[in-house]
Amino acid sequence: MEGYNYTIWIVLLPFLVFLVVGTGSLRIRPIVAGWIGTGSILITLALSLMCAWNYFGAGAPEGGWQTLIPYDMVWLRFNDTLQVHMGILLDPISVMMLVVISVVSSMVHIYSLGYMKGEAGFARYYAFLSLFSFSMYGLVLATNLFQIYFFWELVGISSYLLIGFYYDRHSAVAAAKKAFIVTRFADFGFMIGILLLSWYTGTFDFATLTSPDGAAIAKAASVSFMGASVLTWALVLIFIGGAGKSAMFPLHIWLPDAMEGPTPVSALIHAATMVVAGVYLVARLFPLYIFGDATALEVVAWTGAFTSLFAAIIALTQEDIKRVLAYSTMSQIGYMMLALGVSGSGGEEGLGYTASMFHLFTHAMFKALLFLGAGAVIHAVHSNLMDGMGGLRRYLPLTHASFLVACLAIAGIPPFAGFFSKDEILAAALHKDPVLFGTALLVAGLTALYMFRLYFRIFWGENKSYAHPPHEAPATMWVPLMILAALSALVGFIPFGEYVSPDRLPHASHLDMSIAITATAVSVLGILTAMWLYRKPSGVPARISGGLGALYRAAYRKFYIDEIYMGVTKNILFKGISSPVAWFDRHVVDGAMNGIGWVTARVSKEIKGLQSGHVQQYALGFMLGVLALVFVFIFWLKQ
Amino acid sequence: MNILLLLLIIPALTLAGLFLSRGKQQPRVVAALGMGLQFLAAFYLLFSYLRERAQGNAADMLFTSSYDWYTPLNISLDLGVDGVSVALILLTSIVILAGVLISWQMEDLPKEFFISLITLGTGVFGFFICIDLFSMFLFYELAVVPMYLLIGIWGSGPKEYAAMKLTLMLMAGSAFLLVGMLGLYFFSSGPADEHTFNIMEIAASGIPVEMQRIFFPLTFIGFGVLGALFPFHTWSPDGHSSAPTAVSMLGGYGCFRVAIFLMPQAAAELSWIFIILTGFSVIYGAFGAIRQTDLKYINAYSSVSHCGLVLFAILMLNKTAFNGAILQMISHGLMTALFFALIGMMYERTHTRIVQEMGGLLKVLPFISACYVIAGLASLGLPGLSGFVAELSIFVGAFENPDTFHRFWTILSVSAIVVTAVYILRVVGTMLMGPLKEASHASLAPASWYEKTGALLLVIPIAGIGLAPLWLSDMIQFSLAPIMRQLGF
Repeated sequence: MEGYNYTIWIVLLPFLVFLVVGTGSLRIRPIVAGWIGTGSILITLALSLMCAWNYFGAGAPEGGWQTLIPYDMVWLRFNDTLQVHMGILLDPISVMMLVVISVVSSMVHIYSLGYMKGEAGFARYYAFLSLFSFSMYGLVLATNLFQIYFFWELVGISSYLLIGFYYDRHSAVAAAKKAFIVTRFADFGFMIGILLLSWYTGTFDFATLTSPDGAAIAKAASVSFMGASVLTWALVLIFIGGAGKSAMFPLHIWLPDAMEGPTPVSALIHAATMVVAGVYLVARLFPLYIFGDATALEVVAWTGAFTSLFAAIIALTQEDIKRVLAYSTMSQIGYMMLALGVSGSGGEEGLGYTASMFHLFTHAMFKALLFLGAGAVIHAVHSNLMDGMGGLRRYLPLTHASFLVACLAIAGIPPFAGFFSKDEILAAALHKDPVLFGTALLVAGLTALYMFRLYFRIFWGENKSYAHPPHEAPATMWVPLMILAALSALVGFIPFGEYVSPDRLPHASHLDMSIAITATAVSVLGILTAMWLYRKPSGVPARISGGLGALYRAAYRKFYIDEIYMGVTKNILFKGISSPVAWFDRHVVDGAMNGIGWVTARVSKEIKGLQSGHVQQYALGFMLGVLALVFVFIFWLKQ
Repeated sequence: MNILLLLLIIPALTLAGLFLSRGKQQPRVVAALGMGLQFLAAFYLLFSYLRERAQGNAADMLFTSSYDWYTPLNISLDLGVDGVSVALILLTSIVILAGVLISWQMEDLPKEFFISLITLGTGVFGFFICIDLFSMFLFYELAVVPMYLLIGIWGSGPKEYAAMKLTLMLMAGSAFLLVGMLGLYFFSSGPADEHTFNIMEIAASGIPVEMQRIFFPLTFIGFGVLGALFPFHTWSPDGHSSAPTAVSMLGGYGCFRVAIFLMPQAAAELSWIFIILTGFSVIYGAFGAIRQTDLKYINAYSSVSHCGLVLFAILMLNKTAFNGAILQMISHGLMTALFFALIGMMYERTHTRIVQEMGGLLKVLPFISACYVIAGLASLGLPGLSGFVAELSIFVGAFENPDTFHRFWTILSVSAIVVTAVYILRVVGTMLMGPLKEASHASLAPASWYEKTGALLLVIPIAGIGLAPLWLSDMIQFSLAPIMRQLGF
């Protein structure tokens, strides 16, 4: 543990910046806030890279990569045995995530200096970015389930605050609210899962939970409820939490709307880091998923596969470039989930786990690049819609080049990053189930198609006449694009299997040539189709969508999932439960209370005449009473 | 002199000072000075308490003393505190001081207002430092009566109706309580085999189980009325306003200290009835809040939900949940006080409490709106704020009861976290965000120094407890030993 003490600053520094900039956001000069935020995140970048260098640099120790806990404190005690700790856990995946978060976050911080220039609330923006960075670091470094939940909610609220950054727009406010409530609903499952798991295992601690032969785990697995073991239930519930954050079907509806936030925010939170938290969560608890029965992992695999296909189809039809990218993100995260779901515990079997983390890593680079590139395009033409774009390669050469790199990377064309990670995912899927493999291959083709549809329609296609000639972004914006483009091109060559595997042992990565050739061929086919359809303006796309009729409309309207949700919340929750409750409370419960009051008042009004002050009346009453008692005594009590 | 007497003497002197004060300026200065002093005294008590504990004093109650009142019936004023009451005294001192600051510009009968407020405070402080049923009851009533005046005179809407309703319902609760307390007295046997009101003595000797079965429900309902127990919660939507929020903590504390502590067997036997009622309250209050349009009503229903959770936790009868219940009382006390303070500030400026009539206030009232968002986030249980710590402890504690009945109600209560998010974010989204709805709202006066101080006085502990809960929770847990002993653990 010695030598890793500085990692605490990776977490604390953004928090301090959040407090300082957040409380002073109205007084501080915007540019100062921007540089405080950017400077601090660059320091955490340096520290994260140093941490990765220290951790991985010396090669794997005997017996595989170790789990290090350089920092640990008791945060809350529930009872004599259960405690919540806050700490820092370093292992291959958390160190890998540190690199991902710090790189993307730094790029986004720098980019935003240009992109957000002149916006009202610039300081507030940087305060929220710092809050997010703090929460995300805390999440990946968590040592236990409660710590991860703690930061899980905090990334949720940072996301809420940043989606709603333009808070005077109704759409942004609604999107922010939706994102928070949908993920909150998923977190309800997560919470119950944590409670179940901790009750049966007696711990929240990852190190204990994931140790393969913990007697505690066997204890949890032996109790069954409705045909499945409690462990399976708990893991499925926890996965629901992860599915909410990672926008898996059917909890995905918030992600496309979340594009209402500023574009750099979408790059950071809704493409590279927060949305993969669900994948990270499953990876974190992976030994539990393996040692439980196969059901939980199957749920993960099929949810991932379905989402990746579902989202890819919708992505083909969208017109808003950020929404295309949002559905693409969903689809790629589905890929990662699929890879985790087909993985085994180690050796060759464990390829899926490695592939998933690898894809998470490469995807973060090229998807952040895509969003930042899209931001540069939006910055130039002041619109999100592809209809208003075309021929931009002449005006935005740097953006065009980096965007092309990112498209090639996501489409899986060698030697760009996506090719290597996608190849591993396909190999792992083929090993497990041909249907999953087929789905993944189809999605690979669709990905190439919709990405290059986007590419050709923005940068080629019809040459639009622009009111203001679009101009290339300032250096603060294109420098991050170049850095990310370089990373997207190169990170595929990292021998990921050496560092990340479920059994913690280094494995040599090798390409599966037959799969690589097949997948590349499918992707090239997708690209060529897109080129044929969109490179020059033509009527073909319209004819195709017209020919598909209802199917196209359904995909364009996102298969009406939003409408279904709206129906459920409006009619069932609001009209069906809330309104009756409110009415019941005011009229029945409170009515009963008022009724008691009314009866009391009424009775007292009726009988107050008895106390009239007329002596004759009292005497009469007295006499009648005596007579009654006499009768009672004579006729009743005699027996 | 007993340090606890100080907590009664300061408010008494403040009241005397208030009676002598005149005009607008004098009463508020006297009240602020008095309650500021009380605030310091509460911290002094905290540090003295922690010092005693650090020195190894493991007695159930610290700083105990007894002052004879009426010896033939063995009635006396018994003082004593443990970690739970110290925490609640601290909370009360913060809430009352904030209340004074927020009412700084009180135009309408300021002297009488501060007298009522501080009388109420005195009742609450007295309730928390007493460990005999007689004085507890006395102080309880002392706290209830000024509520009538506070709502009836300085309230809003149909205030006479609301005040009357609140008082009658609480008095009905008191009637139950009186019977329960007398029952406890008559079936108790002190050290010399005489009847006693002292709760530590009653706990030591115990009450016959068959009598517990009668008096437990009476006491629980009696205090429960104040803790917004369904279906006796309907005073709350009409009656809640900034002043009485501290009082609703009395209900939970009473249920904990009197009903459960003194009648553990009946509590274990009969808890299921109240688990149903309180578990229902949690979800019912949350759904009720969604449909409201008036800020006051939204927060009152939210209170029903949160107070329901306090009582629910108490009924789980284990250490984790008790700890959660106390934390929730503190958190809810701070949160509700903050909510009503902010609602008051907004009402003063916009003259409306209807959510839909406001919009975009974040731009014109940044400080007040930011505080409102923080209060809202605390209310929906965001980590890093006090509500999360409390709810977490409650849920973990509730889950320690492994049978299906407890599980069912626990999961139902947990589901309220989603519903809470819905109604909180609806308000934040409509009222604070969005474009400015009323042109006249563009030039609202920013928060003044006393409003800022009052709000920060509440925000800081909310965040403080949320970030570093360990000291508080350890202090409370240490003092749960006696009740756990009573329950046979």
